[in-house]
Amino acid sequence: MVERAPVLDGICHAILLVGVAFVCVPLYLAFVAGSLTIAEVQQVPLPWLPGDQFVQNLRTAWTQANFGRLFFNSFIVAAGITVGKIAVSLLSAFAITYFRFRFRMTAFWLIFVSLMLPIEVRISPTYESVANAALPLQWVVEALHLSSAWNAITGHTIDIQLQWNMVDTYPGLILPLIASASATFLFRQFFLTVPDELCEASRLDGASPMQFFWSILLPLSRSNIAALAIILFLYGWNQYLWPLLFTTDKDMATAVIGLKHLIPRADSQPAWNVAMSAALLTMLPPIVVVVALQRSFVKGLVDSSK
Amino acid sequence: MAAAIESGLKRAHFKDVRLPVLLLLPQLAILLFFFFIPSFRALGQAFFLSDPFGNTVHFVGFDNFAQLLQSDTYHESVQVTVVFTILQNLLTIAVALVLAFASDRVIRGRGIYKAIILLPYAIAPVIAGILWAFLFNPAVGPLAQVLHALGLAWDPNRVGSDAMILVILAASWKHVCYDYIFLLAGLLAVPSSLMEAAAVDGAGPLRRFFTIGLPLLMPTMFFLAVMNFVYGFFEIFAIVDAVTQGGPAGATNVLVFKVYVDGFINLDLGSSAAQSVILMIFALLMTLLQFRYVERRVSYDV
Repeated sequence: MVERAPVLDGICHAILLVGVAFVCVPLYLAFVAGSLTIAEVQQVPLPWLPGDQFVQNLRTAWTQANFGRLFFNSFIVAAGITVGKIAVSLLSAFAITYFRFRFRMTAFWLIFVSLMLPIEVRISPTYESVANAALPLQWVVEALHLSSAWNAITGHTIDIQLQWNMVDTYPGLILPLIASASATFLFRQFFLTVPDELCEASRLDGASPMQFFWSILLPLSRSNIAALAIILFLYGWNQYLWPLLFTTDKDMATAVIGLKHLIPRADSQPAWNVAMSAALLTMLPPIVVVVALQRSFVKGLVDSSK
Repeated sequence: MAAAIESGLKRAHFKDVRLPVLLLLPQLAILLFFFFIPSFRALGQAFFLSDPFGNTVHFVGFDNFAQLLQSDTYHESVQVTVVFTILQNLLTIAVALVLAFASDRVIRGRGIYKAIILLPYAIAPVIAGILWAFLFNPAVGPLAQVLHALGLAWDPNRVGSDAMILVILAASWKHVCYDYIFLLAGLLAVPSSLMEAAAVDGAGPLRRFFTIGLPLLMPTMFFLAVMNFVYGFFEIFAIVDAVTQGGPAGATNVLVFKVYVDGFINLDLGSSAAQSVILMIFALLMTLLQFRYVERRVSYDV
């Protein structure tokens, strides 16, 4: 600013250092705890310097929680949510901003409404729907009395049972989390700022709508896509409630869920050293993403919550 | 062609009919199966009573809601949730505001401070919960030892208020960075001509912050308060489940955790669905508030 205020600047640095400590001290203490033996971690007071067991604890956690498999699952789920949501959102945003057709506003409002309910408030019905995604078809069959009609015509009795179980599958973990329209709105707003001349020019050149989309709109959206991809990756990696409910098979859980089983409970051995090293390991991929892509990350954060 | 401008439609547009339908199909199909059908099912279930195995179902009208409103545990849960969200809101916004003001002032090192303060955003709520559960674990936690040394009988496993403090701290630690980045963006966007004019008039940095910066930040703070309520209501689940399991004695039994316990552990589907519906109405109101704010700062007709 204009004037010099060394005292205030000093105070500001002090405030920021306290803020930095607020973030870093828990992480540092977790690292210290994660590097001790189980006897050392129960000492009072906890040592201030890390021990030499960090790799050993990581190894214990890795095998105990089957993290090899769980990390793989987390990557699939996070990547699936990121790619899936961006793909369907780009297409639908393109449709509602660049085409005039009947029911355009109906489609718009159907998508808009989905912004309003987070998955946490509809977990149990969503669970039912995904446990048997053929349920709606089953209702149609029952409502039309198809099986009794069949019985009357042919004399055979059959029960039509439709099953499409998605429990413990990747689509079951991914699709319900894609079902909200925040990304569609981000792209819609961005498309509305793209100059009309680009579309007019490409039409004069005889480009089809999809050619316009691929060779002009998509390259222009690159930075928005990158920013959103970071946010969605974090969102997918850090999901908790849905994978917790939805995976009965231990091999289909995600890393964050596996971590929960390492927390010492009252009646178990207080293996906080293993739990803390595992916690650091599980938070590593998202932290790497954020640190590496800081600039796009901030843009994505501020944009995506509009 | 460009005569009538429809809202949200580009002036230069295509008139194909089949293509846009195909383009919309994936999203609408996913929304139908995983959003609309489940939401309507929740509405339906809220008016029925079913046994845990789903064999007999009968219509009970508003009974599920009436029972909820009379239940003491539900009242406690509402109270716990309200106390939690308000305290969490005040704490995160206050801390974030101080940090944003300081970051706006300093020039040297701003990038590094920002990078570190933003880190918790990348960390899952459940991991934040586990970290703080360790730090304040009465047997081994280093911060709990500090409190014990000060003569405080800290024990979140037995004392309800201690458990609540623990959950608030973990949730705020995870969420301060979110409020911070919005407030900092807001402060940086204050026109420097305004600040300079005030400086020429002799207003010091603090005075400028309170008379110019803060009023201009009010819409952002309103938006953040709404977002914090949504965070407090819904994303708190992971922290509560990992750290306190709603205990001790229901002291941290927030609404979204109760929905889960009633529906998936006690298998009381009707009550759980009725609770879901109440939360849906709340989420709806919050989203509408959010859009009021968005409407004001984003212009759609470009």
